[in-house]
Amino acid sequence: MYKRKRKARMALAVLIVLIILYLLQRLFVPKYVDGIVEGAFVAEYYREANKDFDVLFVGDCEVYENFSPVALWNEYGIHSYIRGSAEQYIWQSYYLLEDALRYHKPKVVVFNIQSLQFDKSQSEAYNRMSIEGMRWSMSKVRDIFASMTEEEHFIEYVFPLLRYHSRWNDLSMDDLRYMFSTKPVTFNGYYMRVDALPAKDVPKGKPMADYSFGDNAWKYLEKMRVLCEENGIELITIKAPSLYPYWYEEWDEQAADYAKEHDLMYINFLKIQDQTGIDYDTDTYDAGLHMNLSGAKKLSHYLGRILRAEGVPDRRGDPELDALWAKETKRYNREIKAQKIRYGIE
Amino acid sequence: MLFTSYEFLFFLAVLVILYYHTPPEKQWIMLLAASLGFYASFGPVYLCYIGTTILTVWFCGIQLEKNLVHQKVVLEEQKGAGSREEKKNYKLRQKAIRSRMQALCIVFNLGILAVVKYANFFIANVNGALSLFGQSEGLSFVSIAMPLGISFYTLQAIGYLVDVGRGTVQAEKNLFKFALFVSFFPQVIQGPISRFGDLSKTLYEGHPYDPQTVAFGLERILWGFFKKLVIADRLMPLVTGIISDAGAYQGAYAAVAMLVYTVELYADFTGGIDISIGVAEALGVQVQENFLRPYFSTSLKEYWRRWHISMCSWFRDYVFYPVSTSKGMQSFAKFLRKRFGPNLGKRLPVYVSSCVVWFATGIWHGARWNFIVWGWLHFAILMISEECEPLYERFHARFGLIDRKGYHFFMMARTFLLVCVLNLFDCYVNVADTLSVLASIFAVHNWGLLLDGSFEWFGLGLSDFVVAFLGVGLMLFVSIQQEKEWVRDQVARWPFAARACVWSGLFLIVLIFGAYGIGYDSAQFIYNRF
Repeated sequence: MYKRKRKARMALAVLIVLIILYLLQRLFVPKYVDGIVEGAFVAEYYREANKDFDVLFVGDCEVYENFSPVALWNEYGIHSYIRGSAEQYIWQSYYLLEDALRYHKPKVVVFNIQSLQFDKSQSEAYNRMSIEGMRWSMSKVRDIFASMTEEEHFIEYVFPLLRYHSRWNDLSMDDLRYMFSTKPVTFNGYYMRVDALPAKDVPKGKPMADYSFGDNAWKYLEKMRVLCEENGIELITIKAPSLYPYWYEEWDEQAADYAKEHDLMYINFLKIQDQTGIDYDTDTYDAGLHMNLSGAKKLSHYLGRILRAEGVPDRRGDPELDALWAKETKRYNREIKAQKIRYGIE
Repeated sequence: MLFTSYEFLFFLAVLVILYYHTPPEKQWIMLLAASLGFYASFGPVYLCYIGTTILTVWFCGIQLEKNLVHQKVVLEEQKGAGSREEKKNYKLRQKAIRSRMQALCIVFNLGILAVVKYANFFIANVNGALSLFGQSEGLSFVSIAMPLGISFYTLQAIGYLVDVGRGTVQAEKNLFKFALFVSFFPQVIQGPISRFGDLSKTLYEGHPYDPQTVAFGLERILWGFFKKLVIADRLMPLVTGIISDAGAYQGAYAAVAMLVYTVELYADFTGGIDISIGVAEALGVQVQENFLRPYFSTSLKEYWRRWHISMCSWFRDYVFYPVSTSKGMQSFAKFLRKRFGPNLGKRLPVYVSSCVVWFATGIWHGARWNFIVWGWLHFAILMISEECEPLYERFHARFGLIDRKGYHFFMMARTFLLVCVLNLFDCYVNVADTLSVLASIFAVHNWGLLLDGSFEWFGLGLSDFVVAFLGVGLMLFVSIQQEKEWVRDQVARWPFAARACVWSGLFLIVLIFGAYGIGYDSAQFIYNRF
């Protein structure tokens, strides 16, 4: 009897400690609702009521800031989503795609090949932003092991409190407010900016000793291609029209050769400025690195036509999707209005 | 695999589970495997070093005991036969054989230590001497990785050998059991330096699972983590930053580094020892205490009875006694007594032996002149204190100070400051820098930096100091409590809810306020490098 009582109170104590740990973890993890919001993107995907997307974009900032799914829907009726995060490495894009396939099979996957330049993760911060938002699955586990830098530990992904414990010094009211739920910051993965900063004096790339992409990067591109092939998905590779980081001609040749070899579509938006109508004076908000809303609309308009030509259906008329996109468009327009006021744009 | 790494915690958790599911008579095998695995995690090649020490000392120990047994048998057989003189001569011959065997083994093992730890120090000194004679080209430095804990396990193994030679412990016949004694993982890296007679009592016996023992062990580990992560590692950047440039950071900086380092060193070393003892305790093994609240000492002599107890007692038993009772020292004492009277004849040999001990203690800490000077400064202060003892006693008796609390506190503060000053030798790489920095505390008047906000805190903010200050406060409170009784024993008598609050609270404090993970320079324990 005494033993049972002892065990029960011990179990209760452990339970209380676990609850406290859970609450602390919720409190300490960054919320990414203001300032640096890129860490919130990946998790937002799971909130989508209808994940039956026909087009899935995967990649880094060159997709989540350069293409607008809302514009694609409103103009072409394309049901799409962007699974991207800041400096998302190719293996992270691969595992996010693998993870997305647990929920749906898109007809087309659009992958931005900018990340081929990295053969291993460069920064723990970017790893965190891409991985933490993923739901637990073997894809996430493999993603962690593929991404971890030397200073990182797997257990710190399992228990983020171990990583973020030192935030006790930086906690704000937002950490309390968004402890259990955060506000959405993207529009189907698209991160909107309406302001403009013309691209001037963009630095040329410095000559490199070796322009070859690394083995690891190639390995994951190949894995992505095979995964798409096995699932009957068309893989379209693109290079978004960002002027910086510099995209070398030697890199472009390798990407183009790979696409040719495997019969993939490859679009280098840097070379078709006249067709897309991108104006680097008005269509970028940070001097050529990323597109603003105007640039994203132009790129979506151009790519949407291609996607439609590749057989992506126009799903307007589906009551469920119409309702969802109407709601999203309303929020999208509200954000445009709010940002215009914020940046003093007429 | 540092004690504060996730890998170690995982290793420990798995070990504890497996250990208590192992038949008691085989638990020591599990400990041996864990110890060797733990040691190999720092580099499998290091196993060669510790393996050599284990084999040579074990073999020599067996031979010493064989000789002792043989001598006993021979003397038994000769009972009634042979003269007393013959027996005495026989005993002396056997003792000489044992001494030679023992000396050979000790020299061999100290030789390994000397080569890996002191070779470059020796070469640097030779090169320095050569340059004095105009030789620009000196000897080349050697690149040998120093196995972790070699200073600790070598002393522990030598202590065992001497004890066997003295007949105070029996030689361990089982090589693997002896290997466990030398390599026992909780203490192999930074002590305590255990005696075979003490450690073997609980090391080899089976330990059925006892929740209380395991809980006590885990509590001790947690307390060690608190000291190491919340206090020592939080303060570390400040000390590291200041001592990184002896020329630039002087005066107020030196004073701050001196005080903060003394706190950091205590939290770091005692934290590490708490973890060592706690890990052993969780496995049912009793390891001797290594600290008795040394900063409460009222004299340097007392301080060294309370600080790093196992090392001090080792040098006392295996260096001081053999040196002071050696034939040479006896002759020296005799000569002094004859020439200068009994007083000097008694004291001077003790001081000479102490001088040897403090040299050994200094150089044991590191292959730098700084440590040698540090050791001899200790010797000088202790010798002067000893000589002045009658004066102190008269002074105390005249003013009735000794029982006054205020005076007691003054003596504690004085000893603490003295230790702070001596610890500066531990911080800097050479004697000139140390003395320059020490002098700057009095000569460089830049104390205004502390008030006008321009003092460089090396990344530490107010909140860091608040955490460290509260941590030190808690450590001090616990130390004061422990003067009466172990806090852990006091807490153990509290109701379950209160106990749960205390230990979970401490766990959460370590988890949140510990300086670990990315963004912190997770430091190795300071004593690991000795």
